[in-house]
Amino acid sequence: MLKIEQLAAGYGNIKALKNIDLSVPVGSIVSLIGANGAGKTTAMKVIMGLLKPDSGQILFKGQNINGVATHKIVSAGLSLVPEGRNILCRMTVLENLEMGACQRRDNEVQADMKRIFRRFPILEERKSQLGGTLSGGQQQMLAIGRALMSRPELLLLDEPSMGLAPLVVSDIFKVIQEINQEGTTILLVEQNVRQALKIAQYAYVLETGKMILHGQAKDIANNPRVMEAYLGGKKVG
Amino acid sequence: MFWQQMVNGITLGSTYALIALGYTLIFGVLNIVNMAHGEIFMFGAFVGLILATKFNIGIFGALLGAMVAGAVLGYLMERLALRPLRRRKVSELAPLISTIGVSIFLESLALRLFGPQAQSFPGVYSTQLFEIGGLKISAVQILILAISFGLMLVLRFWLSKTQLGKSIRATAENIETANLLGVDTQKIIVLTVMLASALGGGAGVLVGLAFNAIEPTMGITMGFKGLAVLILGGLGNITGAMVGGLLLGVAEVFSVAYGVSSYRDAVAFGLIIVLLFLRPQGLFGSQEQQGGR
Ligand SMILES: Nc1ncnc2c1ncn2[C@@H]1O[C@H](COP(=O)(O)OP(=O)(O)O)[C@@H](O)[C@H]1O
Ligand SMILES: [Mg+2]
Repeated sequence: MLKIEQLAAGYGNIKALKNIDLSVPVGSIVSLIGANGAGKTTAMKVIMGLLKPDSGQILFKGQNINGVATHKIVSAGLSLVPEGRNILCRMTVLENLEMGACQRRDNEVQADMKRIFRRFPILEERKSQLGGTLSGGQQQMLAIGRALMSRPELLLLDEPSMGLAPLVVSDIFKVIQEINQEGTTILLVEQNVRQALKIAQYAYVLETGKMILHGQAKDIANNPRVMEAYLGGKKVG
Repeated sequence: MFWQQMVNGITLGSTYALIALGYTLIFGVLNIVNMAHGEIFMFGAFVGLILATKFNIGIFGALLGAMVAGAVLGYLMERLALRPLRRRKVSELAPLISTIGVSIFLESLALRLFGPQAQSFPGVYSTQLFEIGGLKISAVQILILAISFGLMLVLRFWLSKTQLGKSIRATAENIETANLLGVDTQKIIVLTVMLASALGGGAGVLVGLAFNAIEPTMGITMGFKGLAVLILGGLGNITGAMVGGLLLGVAEVFSVAYGVSSYRDAVAFGLIIVLLFLRPQGLFGSQEQQGGR
């Protein structure tokens, strides 16, 4: 579904991504893991067209989306839940969800809204509250729900578990799995390596802008280098 | 006397509110103060005047013409003076300087086209006086109140209920997020600048009617007042611009009524300074940093 080849990008003199390759097969969950500053968010921004790459190719369903405007990438079927969630704090929960569907002209928007409310009942309870009044976990649910409102074929999630309580984190991972089972392909960026590898089929490890490892999620989880650096040396159960 | 001044103040203030709304909308999506807004307002006044005097078009037609002229100027400004700067990495001050350039250009152009003398609308609108419960209110005042409050209500409704309105609000809050949600933010920016400029052009006609004097330099003082209201209301806050505009109008009228007419502007701006001491973020501004850019 998504194929990235020899992608390089950065901010002025800082080379944040050095010729990375990555591919996300249809229907899968692929995890992209790496420490703070590895370049994960930069990769998401480049895919979504928020940052122009220096070189390389980004193919989505066979089409080159390199240099395409962000709103057109969204209408092509990609959606990002950004790092830090970026809830529109001065708009209501309902308006946030409506904004997620702002490009849609079909008549199933209301049905999708109901589906989101069934998945996250708390959002329906608070639908007329301002986005800024939600707790961190609720904001993450809203960010995911909002991204789903555009009916993406490929959903990118940038550190959805960041700053959340452990119980909420496992909820979020469960939701990600459910979304995938309902047919949405997922590229998951995480520092919560243990959980991210548990739900993924395939994984990539990014270190200071270079893709140092990739393979089946199970194999990555048992890779000594990964265990050492990200899993505190213990085996994943 | 008090209520009479109140009516006069609210009438004047409603035109300030309209002008301030233009600043507010543009500040919301672009995070810049549009220094050419006063001159777009002045151009609107002249276009309305010409339509009313030379073409004998009624006041509503003149108002509509002024708003269209404002929108066209806004469009040209966005395409020629603002967008080219957004494409490049330039100083944050560059677009501000660019709008100052546009304002100087428009003022010189107006001098050329319309001449330096003050001109006025035909007197038909100002003669009629109505008495409502002891209050005297002129046809012009009723017209100004109805149009400016009408426009403000429509704008509020439009921003809160329509998809385009919501997209403007989303872009104003965080342009990158709006982009990620699929909003064509370039289009929204043009649309917002046109909308703001249309409101400015319309306000030009209303102020022209109220003061019965239209001249190429009228954009400067009005521009500063709108700017003051933008800050008073809380940068980028729609409600703040409306309330702040009314407040400034009322303060001005009362300072004239109670004997300090030569300090009319000083009193009004003094009041703003005092209010900002008490609430640095403006009447309706939030503590946090506003805007997404
Ligand atoms: N806006 C920016 N300007 C300059 N450098 C940046 C910017 N954003 C990120 N960087 C740098 O790029 C590198 C990668 O950052 P990022 O993609 O955010 O990493 P991650 O998401 O993996 O934590 C870091 O060295 C970071 O300092
Ligand atoms: Mg990051």
